[in-house]
Amino acid sequence: MVPRPANQEALTFPAEPLLVVDGLDVTFAADPRSVPAVRDVSFRLDRGRCLALVGESGSGKSVTARTLVGLTGGRSTVTARRLAFAGEDLTAFTEPRWRTLRGRRIGLVLQDALVSLDPLRTVGAEIAETLRTHRVVPRAGLEARTLSLLTEVGVPEPEQRARQYPHQLSGGLRQRALIASAIAAGPDLVLADEPTTALDVTVQAQVLDLLRRRKQDGAALLLISHDLAVVGGLADDIAVMYAGRIVEEGPAAQVLGDPRHPYTRALLDAVPVTHAKGARLAPAAVRHPAPTPSGCPYAGRCPRSDLRCRDQLPERVVIPTRPDVAAAEPGVADGRPTVGTGHAALCWYPTVDAPAVLDAVDDRPASGAGPGVGRPVTAAALLEVDGISKRFRSPDGTSRAAVRDVSLRLHPGETLGIVGESGSGKTTVARIVLGLLEPDGGTVRFAGRPWGGSGVREPDRRGRRRHIQAIYQDPLGSFDPRYRVERIIGEAAATAGVTRAGRGARVAELLEQVGLSADLMGRRPLELSGGQRQRVAIARALAPGPDLIVCDEPVSALDVSVQAQILDLLAGLQSELGVALLFISHDLGVIHHVSDRIVVMKDGAVVETGEVAQVFAHPAAGYTRELLAAVPRPVGGRTAPPDRGASTRVVVTTPPAP
Amino acid sequence: MTALGLVRAVGIRLAAAVAVLFGAATVAFAALQLVPGNPVAVLLGPATTAPPAVREQIRVDFGFNRPVVTQYLIYLGHLARGDLGQSYQLQRPVSSLIGSQLGSTAQLALAAIGLAVVIAVMSAVATAGRPRLTAIASTWELVAVSTPSFWLGIVLLTFFSFRWRIFPVAGSQSFSSLVLPALTLALPIAGVLAQVLREGLEAALDQPFVVTARARGLSRTAVRLRHALRHAAVSLVTLAGWLTGTLLGGAVLVEVVFARPGIGALTLQAVSNKDMPVVIGVVLLSAGVFVVLSTLVDLAYLAIDPRLRKG
Ligand SMILES: Nc1ncnc2c1ncn2[C@@H]1O[C@H](COP(=O)(O)OP(=O)(O)OP(=O)(O)O)[C@@H](O)[C@H]1O
Ligand code: SF4
Ligand SMILES: [Mg+2]
Repeated sequence: MVPRPANQEALTFPAEPLLVVDGLDVTFAADPRSVPAVRDVSFRLDRGRCLALVGESGSGKSVTARTLVGLTGGRSTVTARRLAFAGEDLTAFTEPRWRTLRGRRIGLVLQDALVSLDPLRTVGAEIAETLRTHRVVPRAGLEARTLSLLTEVGVPEPEQRARQYPHQLSGGLRQRALIASAIAAGPDLVLADEPTTALDVTVQAQVLDLLRRRKQDGAALLLISHDLAVVGGLADDIAVMYAGRIVEEGPAAQVLGDPRHPYTRALLDAVPVTHAKGARLAPAAVRHPAPTPSGCPYAGRCPRSDLRCRDQLPERVVIPTRPDVAAAEPGVADGRPTVGTGHAALCWYPTVDAPAVLDAVDDRPASGAGPGVGRPVTAAALLEVDGISKRFRSPDGTSRAAVRDVSLRLHPGETLGIVGESGSGKTTVARIVLGLLEPDGGTVRFAGRPWGGSGVREPDRRGRRRHIQAIYQDPLGSFDPRYRVERIIGEAAATAGVTRAGRGARVAELLEQVGLSADLMGRRPLELSGGQRQRVAIARALAPGPDLIVCDEPVSALDVSVQAQILDLLAGLQSELGVALLFISHDLGVIHHVSDRIVVMKDGAVVETGEVAQVFAHPAAGYTRELLAAVPRPVGGRTAPPDRGASTRVVVTTPPAP
Repeated sequence: MTALGLVRAVGIRLAAAVAVLFGAATVAFAALQLVPGNPVAVLLGPATTAPPAVREQIRVDFGFNRPVVTQYLIYLGHLARGDLGQSYQLQRPVSSLIGSQLGSTAQLALAAIGLAVVIAVMSAVATAGRPRLTAIASTWELVAVSTPSFWLGIVLLTFFSFRWRIFPVAGSQSFSSLVLPALTLALPIAGVLAQVLREGLEAALDQPFVVTARARGLSRTAVRLRHALRHAAVSLVTLAGWLTGTLLGGAVLVEVVFARPGIGALTLQAVSNKDMPVVIGVVLLSAGVFVVLSTLVDLAYLAIDPRLRKG
């Protein structure tokens, strides 16, 4: 692939792809000191192709997507050398012109359909709105077309669903309805912003499948995700974004199989499915001085950064194609890269030999503890759950079994993973174990004494409650928003008998244990980032000195880099303190990474249980096999670098950053 | 909603309504007890010279010669039969007095609240999320809210009736005689409603579904009208219901200023003449209106927000 200087782009007009983005900058006026949200982003995308934008939270993915429909939002300034869709210059568009494009020729699917669909309108009305706005079908045909769209995206019983409201549908159905509303007018370009985040793996696979079909039907697809594994199976090209810039780009197989930018490598390492328990996910925290504004944006976190990195923005380096990787992926056989320059990275040192720090941490146990930590201990079980069941009454009077005859054993210091799709009863089991809900039948014993089930009275339990603590998906919901961190953790410490005088010191100690600075003591929950909040939740759970922590989807709301840090933290704390974990997640990768043994649940019942390696390698139940098959994996994975350091570097001159 | 659930919901509503009316009746009864002087004279009012036979009849009817508890039960018994008593000054049953005036006041109140909602929606939809327009709109809203309604009425009368002769000065015969009184009542309410509605609209316009809707090709105005307005309507309905309840009080002044018949005028007359049976009747009427309005507001919530419909 011969790279072309950007200013000749306009001359190649007849061959111009459907979407051309060249040198896109977006700045928000809200904070004049802040760096631009999107900087010098360039890519191209053609019909029937899929480009994935990948990067952590705040890297500018959504802003890029919204800019493509003229809805950047806020008080924003958008500039670009070229921003063209189907040959038309988008920078010159007025609001009425944009309206003819939106929905009709470019469809936008936002993350989290619960808030992206109007909660006060029926799903059918939302889908019909696109059709009506662009007069795609005559008024009389609206309903029939809406139903056929719902059928097309795989929503069963479309007549009934069309009359329902978003909150009445499951996450997967909602997301499909949202997609149906975005593709209703048959747009040439579909922008899907995190379409599968928050969905469990089976549903996620179905939604990706749905998008794949759009692509096969000839639509161009811009897929946005923070998870490289998710995009692997669908994207032809991948562009990795960091701090508003594309730091690595290229054909999917090349980027995934031969990642060169340290950030891409960190993202791939953060995918838990490729690692067994004990391996660290996040690179050891690298604390470098922050880069100068003109330096590499990643320098503050990069294990390789040196003086040059901090002072000078790296040049875009073209990476020669590795034939073994390219051959492994038929998706790029037609050799039409759409990002523009083939495989390239924005880094001074894009060599394959992994930087020393990364290599060293890669398969090191999460803390200094010796081998065998976290293995099941053959002592008496800490938690014994025997044949519990629970039914819930629906408003219409019928009752539904949420948990059916579930039995579990958990030993001190062990991690038991519970996995299953949404609605399989995981959280109900957790609430029974926590003693927040009484089972209809069966018994729970904790530390050898009755804990839940008939005959257990609350006064018996109250004194022992501090030995079982919980961490939830959304810590905000369990914090009093008015309290400061010091009080939130301090009150939990008090239940372990810490005196008022000793509390400050204990809170500081706990904060340090979870990797937070004591400066945060004075903050309120809303003033913390998602990762910090979850660390505070962990500190609070640790404060009473528990023997068991029930973790209900503790990392599901976090982006993958933060998720990796939290998983590492939990693993480290477990080996340090010997606390047992009951770890619930819909994410098999996460479960695989943290668990010693796992329990697979479906429709309230246990379908399989066993050692984690055993279950993953030889799933016995059909359902487990189905779940495993749906797990997205980075295509090709990380292969061992063949020719260390021998890569030829081709430096391409790019226009100077503004 | 299942049939059983519906029956239960209606049952709870009815019980609450009865409780409110019962409370109002009890307060009215207690007030009557606390007025110093002979209860018969209190009921008759200062301006009547009723013959002794009538006085004796009242004493028996109300049980004034019996213990207070018995009087209370008798009083409740009358009310339960829908008998609000008799205005001895006007020589007519209270229920027929109220009945004859209610239509005119209801007309005024409904016209006022309808007008207020229309003005508020226009003002808020046009200005929400647009800082410069909002500044202009909030100025008029603030002026409207803080202007006393009798003064507003006089100003409107001075210009529209006396100077320009567009609307009649008084009466309730024609539609045009409704315009100025309704406007007088509506403007302050519209000011409050517009402020609340604008806040609701701005909150709704920040929601992600607005981006989705605009990404479908909807214009800004269409998004406001078809999506955001409904979200903002919850707070609008709450407030509008409550303000409609206060209109009964507002009607007193406006009906006097515009010389309109109605509950307001009746109340003023009854209070100044110490016509107790009528005063008590109006108190009970207000309680009834309150019950009806709060039911309507709750029903409106269900109509607006499907998430509140259980089952
Ligand atoms: N309307 C706005 N006003 C001001 N700043 C904004 C606005 N929208 C986004 N930003 C900023 O732009 C940057 C990029 O945000 P963006 O939403 O594109 O991130 P993202 O990569 O999509 O992250 P996520 O994975 O969390 O969705 C962030 O720093 C964000 O705070
Ligand atoms: S340029 Fe330097 S700091 Fe930036 S990613 Fe490359 S090695 Fe790291
Ligand atoms: Mg985003």
